Amino acid sequence: MSAQFPAHLDLEEEEDLEVFSKNTSLTDGGPSSPSSMMNQYREEEEEELFITVDHPESHVTAIETFITYRVMTKTSRSDFDCSEFEVRRRYQDFLWLRSTLEENHPTLIVHKFVMKGMVERFNDDFIETRRRALQRFLDKIRDHPLLRGSPSLKVFLTAQDLAPHRKQTPSLLSRWGGTVKMLSQSLRGVRSRPEEFSLMQDYVEQLSSKICSVDKICSSETQSCTQHLSSVLIPVLHDYLLCADTLKAVMKRRDNIQAEYEAKREAMERRGDQEQQEEEVQALQEKVEVCNSSLQEDWSRWRSSMRTDLKTALLSTAENNMQHYEKCLAVWETFLLSQREEGSEQKEEDAP
Amino acid sequence: MAEDGREESVAADDDSQHTAEDGRNGLNNTMVEESPTLLRRMEICVAEAEKRSGKNAVNMQETFTVYLIETRPMDALAEGRNPAPDSLWRRYSEFELLRNYLLVTFPYIVVPPLPEKRAEFVWHKLSADNMDPDFVERRRVGLENFLLRVASHPVLSNDKILHHFLTEEHGWKEVVYETGFQAKADSRLKALSATFRVRNPDKRFMDMKHYSDELQSHTSQLLRARARVADRLYGVYKVHGNYGRVFSEWSAIEREMGDGLQSAGHHMDAYAASIDDILEEEEHYADQLKEYLFYAEALRAVCRKHELTQFELEMATQDLISKKQQHEELSTGIVRTFSFKGMTNKLFGQEAPEQREARLKLLEELIEEGEEAVKDKTVECEEHVEKAWVDMQRFKEQKDKDLREALINYAVMQVSMCKKGIQMWSNAKECFLKM
Repeated sequence: MSAQFPAHLDLEEEEDLEVFSKNTSLTDGGPSSPSSMMNQYREEEEEELFITVDHPESHVTAIETFITYRVMTKTSRSDFDCSEFEVRRRYQDFLWLRSTLEENHPTLIVHKFVMKGMVERFNDDFIETRRRALQRFLDKIRDHPLLRGSPSLKVFLTAQDLAPHRKQTPSLLSRWGGTVKMLSQSLRGVRSRPEEFSLMQDYVEQLSSKICSVDKICSSETQSCTQHLSSVLIPVLHDYLLCADTLKAVMKRRDNIQAEYEAKREAMERRGDQEQQEEEVQALQEKVEVCNSSLQEDWSRWRSSMRTDLKTALLSTAENNMQHYEKCLAVWETFLLSQREEGSEQKEEDAP
Repeated sequence: MAEDGREESVAADDDSQHTAEDGRNGLNNTMVEESPTLLRRMEICVAEAEKRSGKNAVNMQETFTVYLIETRPMDALAEGRNPAPDSLWRRYSEFELLRNYLLVTFPYIVVPPLPEKRAEFVWHKLSADNMDPDFVERRRVGLENFLLRVASHPVLSNDKILHHFLTEEHGWKEVVYETGFQAKADSRLKALSATFRVRNPDKRFMDMKHYSDELQSHTSQLLRARARVADRLYGVYKVHGNYGRVFSEWSAIEREMGDGLQSAGHHMDAYAASIDDILEEEEHYADQLKEYLFYAEALRAVCRKHELTQFELEMATQDLISKKQQHEELSTGIVRTFSFKGMTNKLFGQEAPEQREARLKLLEELIEEGEEAVKDKTVECEEHVEKAWVDMQRFKEQKDKDLREALINYAVMQVSMCKKGIQMWSNAKECFLKM
């Protein structure tokens, strides 16, 4: 499935954008209360959505050369106009989707894909590896009860030209301003983090230290890794271990939301009661609660999906190895049988 | 022979190694049964290896390995007695000396080769160091094999020097040198020149030589390919080990998945460790291939000897013809072919009759000698051809049987390895299902 690529290929740099808009209002498909979240979940479960990423092609323009992938959607969902869509997306578009989702759902764990420099080393077929990673990414989004209903996803899957939509995200400067504000707030720190999140934090710290050892192994690997190991088990392993970064970011954002709320409340208490402020504080408190519970749910979802994915990958590795041995066994046994039948025929060389 | 076969070899616990050893013992069994040789009368084995230090020829300290050769008379064993074996220590260089002696003394025999002097076709883990215990062990087995093959050879086994080698520890070297075999050795240069200049070598020998070239090239290609595959396989298995470590470490921080991850890690580790046994097994077969790689050289040596004797015969015949011609010219005065003498005669006149007589007389003597030489050389050549042909046939049969058996045993080993692999991964699968 690989197209002909010119020798000089300008592969996009990964931009890791930490996006915070000034008003983090969860209006984008996100529920305003825990109960409506459950309703939405139930509704969308009944509608189907299939997405495939394939057919990479290179595009040459005056300025640059890049690769696009065909994204095909088949759906029976009512919020989509048709039942089938086909669009072409480049790597940057996927990044946009991810950052938009992260922006709109700051305390949900959005799957990360392909960190530059790690995967490349296994496989000559970089394009194919990336395609697979993008496919997994979209599968994860599709499976996520909240994210799958995101309008950004719909736009990504259906709009022929993504450019006008991409422009709607806040400009770099406003993003920067928002980030700075968040940073200053977070410096104050969280007063009392709920226990479950402390445990989560600890886990995430430990997980990220595992990445170092995995990375060390990758760099000492010879390129002749077994096909199956490098195409199935290792990417799954890496995906989840790479998530440590995402998890850290999510934890941080949750902390920030809590910090913002606490800061506001403190300010209110110091200045005395003012109705408007009280409303704000109330809203922030609700926000904290919603974020916490959605994160909790997402967290357990993520962990169970990690378990399932790993189990599947390990089972498939074991199965694959067993099949390999069975094939070898069949060959050798056939050979032995033929030798015993031939009897007097002379063989002069071994066949390892 | 079967029992001591097991006694000589490394203790084997698992089945696969057992079948391979049985294969080799079968080889030894055949050696005993088929030929009425030394091996029938005497049980021979190379039991141990030891490190020694001493001073070498240039009076420098060196370490070397000696091997213990044990012999016991067969009839004693047959009677049920179990006498203590006679034993002596020999080092590799003494084995070499023995073989060189045999090569010179029996130039029409395809002399069994010694195990390699230095480790070749090494792959990743295998050490190229002559002192490495694995190498020493494999060499011990190879030396024993050499002795068994020599002792079961219909011609070689009767040699006195061989007996001496096996029974008298001291003074053997002097005895060997006294035979003067070194003087009888053909010079390399002579042999090489014969190869190029011989006109009518026996076609069968040329075919045999051609065959030995092919045997050598095929076996060495095979061994090289095998070394490459072993390297790659080793790498692949070890990668599994690395991931096993990751899984084990990771399992420590997981709650629900902890057990599953730990067992995954454990299985990966076990899989990675299994490659060591596999490759060690394979080394045994590689050694058998190597024996035939070196045998090809021995076969070629016999062919070269034929070329040499044939060439010497041709030279002697040619010499005789030219002398007869000279005689004829001298006696009849008719110059048939261009000769220097003929020319000088024409230029300076014929020589005096007395001188002519003297020369004729000399020529007649030389012709007589020459005829003797031709007769001798003819006999030598024909004898060599006859004996060598017999031995080459014997060798061919032995080779066909050995390689075939080795191949089958190799296949059997592979089958057992595959089964083990299947078992291992199906166990792993069981664990994963419980995750």
